[in-house]
Amino acid sequence: MKRTVQKALGYAGAAVFMLAFWEGMSLLLHSPALPVPFDAFAQVVEQFDKLVPQFGYSALRVAAAMAIGLLVGAPLGLILGRSRRADLVFGPLVFLNYPVPKVVFLPVLLVVLGIGNASIIALIAIILFFQILVTARDAARAIPAASVLSVRSLGADRWQVFTQVVVPGAMPEIFTALRIGAGTAVAVLFFSESVAGSTGLGWFVFDAWGRVRYSEMFAGILAMALLGVLLYEAIELAESRVCRWERAGR
Amino acid sequence: MADVRIDALSVTYHGVDADVPALGGVDLTLADGDSVAIIGSSGCGKSTLLLALAGLLAPTGGVVEVGGEPVSGPRLHTSLILQDFGLLPWKTVLQNAELGLKIRHHPVRERRAHAMDALERVGLSEFVHLFPSELSGGMRQRLALARALALDADLLLMDEPLSALDALTREDLQDLLLALWRDRKHTAVLVTHSIEEAVYLGRKVLVMTPRPGRVAAVVDNPGMGESAYRQTEAFYEKCAELRRLLASEGALHVGGVAS
Ligand SMILES: Nc1ncnc2c1ncn2[C@@H]1O[C@H](COP(=O)(O)OP(=O)(O)OP(=O)(O)O)[C@@H](O)[C@H]1O
Ligand SMILES: [Mg+2]
Repeated sequence: MKRTVQKALGYAGAAVFMLAFWEGMSLLLHSPALPVPFDAFAQVVEQFDKLVPQFGYSALRVAAAMAIGLLVGAPLGLILGRSRRADLVFGPLVFLNYPVPKVVFLPVLLVVLGIGNASIIALIAIILFFQILVTARDAARAIPAASVLSVRSLGADRWQVFTQVVVPGAMPEIFTALRIGAGTAVAVLFFSESVAGSTGLGWFVFDAWGRVRYSEMFAGILAMALLGVLLYEAIELAESRVCRWERAGR
Repeated sequence: MADVRIDALSVTYHGVDADVPALGGVDLTLADGDSVAIIGSSGCGKSTLLLALAGLLAPTGGVVEVGGEPVSGPRLHTSLILQDFGLLPWKTVLQNAELGLKIRHHPVRERRAHAMDALERVGLSEFVHLFPSELSGGMRQRLALARALALDADLLLMDEPLSALDALTREDLQDLLLALWRDRKHTAVLVTHSIEEAVYLGRKVLVMTPRPGRVAAVVDNPGMGESAYRQTEAFYEKCAELRRLLASEGALHVGGVAS
């Protein structure tokens, strides 16, 4: 409870600071491209009925993409981290592709999957897949040998070592990858929705920009910021549930 | 039955740079229900010997038999307590205690009962829902012991289980180990760096040579297990005898056996 209040106060403080900074910059620049916060919030109210469904589209896309990236990337990464043979075969494949900026594949995805949800989700999922895979692989490698030995001495087979030691041992790192991934995901969401969509917050912002409606655009940006915060907090919440031991003994 | 026969056991590690001979031919025979303390300088292969006994390490040469069967993998009724306890930080006290039974697919109710029973024995039954990071060093050690006991082990292998503890907790747990051994009649193999501990808990004390480890001497310690053995003249004499032996092995001061 106390933690929740502390957190809320933290967010409130940060919001006040950002608004003051924004207001200052806006007055300083004196350009329609950076409206004062009040105008942006007024637009949030005015456009509320339009913003809510766009927010929903975007949230669903990001959530779906993160789920896919996680469910495919984490197990594969853990396997590569624990199996020398798998790593020898698939490791180079991963590291060959890892540095390539995946957004360049959007045109290809558009050809294959068409304009719309599938392409957007696929692009974000591919990017997160690599981030999560590489983190999970390193985390699995760093599992202390003593933990593995101790469950093996209890008679554990490979699968049991995996479920009892490797998965929980790597879990905190996987959550970190997810948190970092949430930021990436929203950024890529903006890009892909503005190119490949006619719905979603990315499209909303891009569209307002095109119509030179800057206050409206910032209303969309505010909604995106909110989406980012909600994702981040959802991941925090999930981690505190799944990794309860991390809070123990502090 | 958990009698142990080790014959000309040698282990060589293939290190990153070079091959490391850790054990250079160890012989040891233990009757069922016997207890041996192993002492020797750091790096002489004590942990390696336990790993081989536990079936977690394939010997380079020689034979390891427990209960008349060659050891080729983890054995159902062998429990190993590692140098750093090997507790899993993500499991609670109870989950750690029942892990061995879970891995062996015992039904939930049965393993709960066994684990609770073991935790009771080591005095941890009030702390079942804590995580290891919330326990003191002594409690962690007792938990590691409970996990081994829950398996109903007839061969208990312990790698310096008490070395991280303060003197008081340590004597406390030495008494617990002794009481459990007397009560359960398992075969016990205890690696230690402390001469007093070796004499208090080992009916035999095996002194190892520096790496690659061999058996330098096996000292019989028939007084072990007597009540208040720690306070007797015989105990002091045994300790002195052992200290002389270790000094002549060059184990004192070089490798860090507590003198
Ligand atoms: N996995 C490994 N790979 C390579 N060499 C190893 C490995 N494990 C141990 N060794 C080497 O084998 C030798 C014996 O190690 P071991 O851990 O059995 O010693 P120990 O007697 O238990 O020492 P300590 O009293 O310090 O715990 C050491 O010289 C060590 O460097
Ligand atoms: Mg050791």
